[in-house]
Amino acid sequence: MSAPTLQPAGGPGMDAVRSAAPALGWRDRRRRTTSFVMLALTGVAAVLTVIPLLLILFHLLRAGLSSISANFFTHVPVPVGEAGGGIGNSLLGTVMLVVLAGTMGLPIAIGAGMYLAEAQGSRVANTVRFVTDVMNGIPSIVIGIFVWAWVVVTMGHFSAFAGGVALAIMLIPMVTRTTEEMVRLVPRELKEGGLALGFTRWRTALGIVLPAARSGILTGVLIALARIAGETAPLLFTAFGNPFWEWRLGQPVDALPVRIFYYAISPYEEWHRLAWAGSLLLIALVLAVSLAARFLIRSPYRGR
Amino acid sequence: MQKTIEAPVAAVAPVTQPPAPRPPLETPQLAVEALDFSFWYGQTRALDGISLRIPERKVTALIGPSGCGKSTFLRSINRMNDLIPGVRHDGDIRLRGDSVYAAGQDVVHLRKRVGMVFQKSNPFPKSIYDNVAYGARVNGIARGRRELDETVERSLRQAALWDEVKDRLDRSALGLSGGQQQRLCIARALAVQPQVLLMDEPASALDPIATQKIEELIYELKDEYTIVIVTHNMQQAARVSDLTAFFYMGDLVEVGRTDAMFTNPREERTEAYITGRFG
Amino acid sequence: MQTLSFRSRGNLSDRTYAGALAAFGLFIPVLFAFILVRVGAAAWPAVRHFGGGFVTSTDWDPVNGHFGALPFIFGTLASSLLALAIAVPLAVGLAIFLTELAPRWLAAPIGFGTELLAAIPSVVYGLWGIFVLVPWLRDHVQQPLADGVGTRIGLFSGPAYGVSIMAGGVILAIMIVPFISAVSREVLAAVPVAQREAALALGATRWEMTWQVVLPYALPGIIGATILGLGRALGETMAITMVIGNRPDIPTSLFAPGYTMASVLANEFSEASADLHLAALMEIGLLLFGITILVNSFARFLVWRVARRAGR
Repeated sequence: MSAPTLQPAGGPGMDAVRSAAPALGWRDRRRRTTSFVMLALTGVAAVLTVIPLLLILFHLLRAGLSSISANFFTHVPVPVGEAGGGIGNSLLGTVMLVVLAGTMGLPIAIGAGMYLAEAQGSRVANTVRFVTDVMNGIPSIVIGIFVWAWVVVTMGHFSAFAGGVALAIMLIPMVTRTTEEMVRLVPRELKEGGLALGFTRWRTALGIVLPAARSGILTGVLIALARIAGETAPLLFTAFGNPFWEWRLGQPVDALPVRIFYYAISPYEEWHRLAWAGSLLLIALVLAVSLAARFLIRSPYRGR
Repeated sequence: MQKTIEAPVAAVAPVTQPPAPRPPLETPQLAVEALDFSFWYGQTRALDGISLRIPERKVTALIGPSGCGKSTFLRSINRMNDLIPGVRHDGDIRLRGDSVYAAGQDVVHLRKRVGMVFQKSNPFPKSIYDNVAYGARVNGIARGRRELDETVERSLRQAALWDEVKDRLDRSALGLSGGQQQRLCIARALAVQPQVLLMDEPASALDPIATQKIEELIYELKDEYTIVIVTHNMQQAARVSDLTAFFYMGDLVEVGRTDAMFTNPREERTEAYITGRFG
Repeated sequence: MQTLSFRSRGNLSDRTYAGALAAFGLFIPVLFAFILVRVGAAAWPAVRHFGGGFVTSTDWDPVNGHFGALPFIFGTLASSLLALAIAVPLAVGLAIFLTELAPRWLAAPIGFGTELLAAIPSVVYGLWGIFVLVPWLRDHVQQPLADGVGTRIGLFSGPAYGVSIMAGGVILAIMIVPFISAVSREVLAAVPVAQREAALALGATRWEMTWQVVLPYALPGIIGATILGLGRALGETMAITMVIGNRPDIPTSLFAPGYTMASVLANEFSEASADLHLAALMEIGLLLFGITILVNSFARFLVWRVARRAGR
């Protein structure tokens, strides 16, 4: 090992540094200030993004709370000028549509999600996954006009069924991906344990893997159902809307978001109030479902 | 129990003359001094009343089994532990007489004076040039193309990396081998012209040949810099350091000249560790 | 023997199982292709009739059978890009704040608030937009700007309607910020601690570390998030229909009303009776479909690249 032979110009030895080291030059002070200011600005950004939320909630409560009453839930819309209108039929319609969409879409979505989780690396699976992601980004109104062309035109009229189909098409890509992710999280040992015991693949999947991923999948399902419950665009030309009680699947049916839309763009003050009230209800539902979903995901895997 | 030791100033006489005349030091300076320093992660005490004097321009090795607090102590010197929430300390650490934890101390300024090399090399995903120049640029040590070029070349030479990379300075640093990346990180730290260089197990992730290069580098650097190195490899400590401090479970058990400590340790625990009875 | 029959039984049910799963999986691309074909077929009469002029003409006149889609394409792009310009700095700033600065007790509620914002249905944003945002913009932003610099800067000129491209951009921005910020947070959090430590140990300030080391490292992911946000904004319907003013002209100022592709579909589709009108609307839908496919595919590709690099 040789002694160093290079003497750098102006050497970084301690002596040179000692004589040059100031306390805190103006440059360092400026750097410190810049750091503080920029980081403070990010705090400002955070505040600015939270403000709309607070404003929206505030206006919803202020404008909508007064219209919520028993009548609100049980009555149907009445002509302008009369009192006591409600959105009962819209609520019913929304429930019908969500149940329809779920019935049609969930089996396919969960099946596709499991397919993606099991067939992970294959070219086909990768293509399917990619298409699913792209489908998650299709504008909902495009889905609406598609279902119009496919179902409404064929049936000859608007219907709850068509609305259900449209919502199902939106539901499928969402739930497929969340299901895939939840199933992937199940530890491999669980699945291998089942196979090692002699279970067939489908028994292992349905009897061991699926139950293990159950709460995660359920969370994804709930969140997706809450999202489609709030969708308006795909229903405009499929379910279309209906100011009366309607149970039949083959007829146009109302939905809460659609009713809110029609009321909001109408020129009537009374209907505007109802729109606010309906929105408050819609948000409350969405919030309730989100919280329930979060609560669900706390409980699994604790005892493992 | 506290252990302190005077830095043996005159004991280690240089074998060759320093390459160029430099004004003599007035008094033997302490680069780093810990004064009854204790440190807690939340409720867990990691260091208990450490008093240690680290002399200038020597290599001081901190050894001890895993979890004994040597890395914690090292990272306290440049206050990298501040990044962890819930930590607290007692006592003081002084860098050339200035308290590191003083109220008016600017942490950024402190870290300019104390350089650090980490266990796993962590070059930025930038070019080799930009990696070395980063600290110098940010701290305003070198401005303008010419000064930066000089700084980069000088630092890379000091890190014994210049010849290997001088033709590809603008290529990504991530294309270098593990050993080269680590030397790059050393060059990067040196470019800031620190007074003290802290090294946290710098060769533990490297193969034997790369390790040897790093050790040679440390030997060459100690003429210019004070080096404090944490290592779990005792042979490395014996090869490289002038002074060794043995930590065990948060205590500083023994400190002494490396050759003396490894041949004739005073404490029983030190002997047990060195001879491999535990650790 | 026991094992043989067991195995052959397993074989059949396993194959059925695998087949069923594959069927479910393949349903999705098949559905996707079907949507593409169906909408394309319905748009075909218009495509054949108008050709390329469809996207360059600004004359949208259902009564007389003239259909030029340029105002809608312009409106969609303009409102979305305006939304991006507002949303990206806010969203990235929020993400930096949450990952680098905020203590846990603050980050959790803000994060939750952001999730809530993402869950609000579009029509509720629209409602709030019509009755709260638009009047406020008109009185406190547009009118003062129009009076002040409006005569000199064309972008701020013209009567302050309220319903405008600007309102559309703002409401879209509010809607996509939670999304961009959520993805950005993940990407920022994934930057290795070692990189941060390296920068700080060299004497960088926290801002310098964030801006010069952390952000560049996370940049591809943030760009991916931005483009995904753009995709969302492009396809947004209800909220923007309610605040953009719905006038089929290319706006000359930020305060003027505009019209987007999604909005014209929402407004005119149920009333369109003439075949050509319907086909023209379908073609707009097809164009919207195509644009969002391109943007989303590109964004997914970017995100995939980031994931691949992180796995190194």
